[in-house]
Amino acid sequence: MNNTKILINGIIKENPVLILLLGLCPALAVSTQAENAIGMGAATTFVLVCSNITISLLRKVIPDKVRIPCYIVLVAGFVTLVQIVVEAYAYTLYQALGIFLPLITVNCIVFGRAEIFASKNRVFSSFIDAIGMGAGFTLALLIIASIREIFGSGTWFGMEIPILIDNNIPIFTLAPGGFVVFGLLVAAVNKFSKTKARKDFGCKGCPQAAVCGKGDIK
Amino acid sequence: MSFEGLIIIMVSAAIVNNLVLIQFLGICPFLGVSKDMKSATGMGLAVLFVMFFATLVTWPIQMFLLEPNGLGYLQTIVFVLIIAALVQFIEIVLKRYIPALHVSLGVYLPLMTTNCALFAVTLMNVQKGYSLIESVVNSVGAGLGFLLAMTLFSAIRKHIENSDPPECFKGAPLTLIAAAILSISFFGFSGVIENLFG
Repeated sequence: MNNTKILINGIIKENPVLILLLGLCPALAVSTQAENAIGMGAATTFVLVCSNITISLLRKVIPDKVRIPCYIVLVAGFVTLVQIVVEAYAYTLYQALGIFLPLITVNCIVFGRAEIFASKNRVFSSFIDAIGMGAGFTLALLIIASIREIFGSGTWFGMEIPILIDNNIPIFTLAPGGFVVFGLLVAAVNKFSKTKARKDFGCKGCPQAAVCGKGDIK
Repeated sequence: MSFEGLIIIMVSAAIVNNLVLIQFLGICPFLGVSKDMKSATGMGLAVLFVMFFATLVTWPIQMFLLEPNGLGYLQTIVFVLIIAALVQFIEIVLKRYIPALHVSLGVYLPLMTTNCALFAVTLMNVQKGYSLIESVVNSVGAGLGFLLAMTLFSAIRKHIENSDPPECFKGAPLTLIAAAILSISFFGFSGVIENLFG
């Protein structure tokens, strides 16, 4: 696969959130405001790029049997770095993301790419893959967050939108709104795009199936 | 902390601030393993079980090892590793001493390593400044809430499987919308604490 293909693959064809249905916790929890979505997307992309590059560099050094703990340590290290930087330079974002910033450590997308891609491919391809997946994640988050912010609070990136600002529907910013918006988006993807979203949430097609080494749960 | 305070923490963690339906934590297992009631309760029990022990281990480490030495920033790495090791340890102990429990929970234990609900609860206990007892109560409450959400949702999914939605809604989208409705019903509990104890 050439590099452009890898990039497009991550953004559209295998969009981690809308097609593969991975990393749903941050995708739903942080997507109440477009600004936070961008922040979360950027933080995750950074971790993804760093972890993909390092894991690809070390792919011949890491013994197969202990690869998962190795990935965990590496990813957790990068997340700590991001946490410190965000706390120092973007404190409002740090507060808005709250617990979901350290939770990037257990984000299935990061682990999935390490396991599926970075551990088998060269450094540059892994870097491109991380950029593509990160961009796909950010894009999906931005779409969900835009819908929720526009209808829920009547604003977009903090700008007020006439009419909607006086007629907002607060449930969009609450948990049920997140589920509904995401469900409808996945349905729209199924309806209008050639690549269908993953039918099921089960172990099949989940990169974490390799992490837990089983995959025999119904 | 009084007994009443502990009850408030427990009810709030289990129902009012339900881990899955209100806080969006542990969505992956919630949607992935809820297809039938048996695996849903198995997963819920495994989370409850590991959450209890994870809190017992991580809280003292944070308070007596990391904070006095100014190593608070290592929290993320240390907690993830501790949970990963703990899960392995629990699996070995169960296999050796309580095989019956290992049979029913064993499949789900490896999933715990990267379970965000588990990790988040241990972090939140520290962030909220709970004492050890409060932390344990909060974790058990959160675990019970997770178990409740899993069990309820698996029952709902039985009916979804038999429904006949438009083609594009089949599978994931319909599941998500059902989750939304369940989530709305949990919002009904939002005033419970004030009314019961306020």
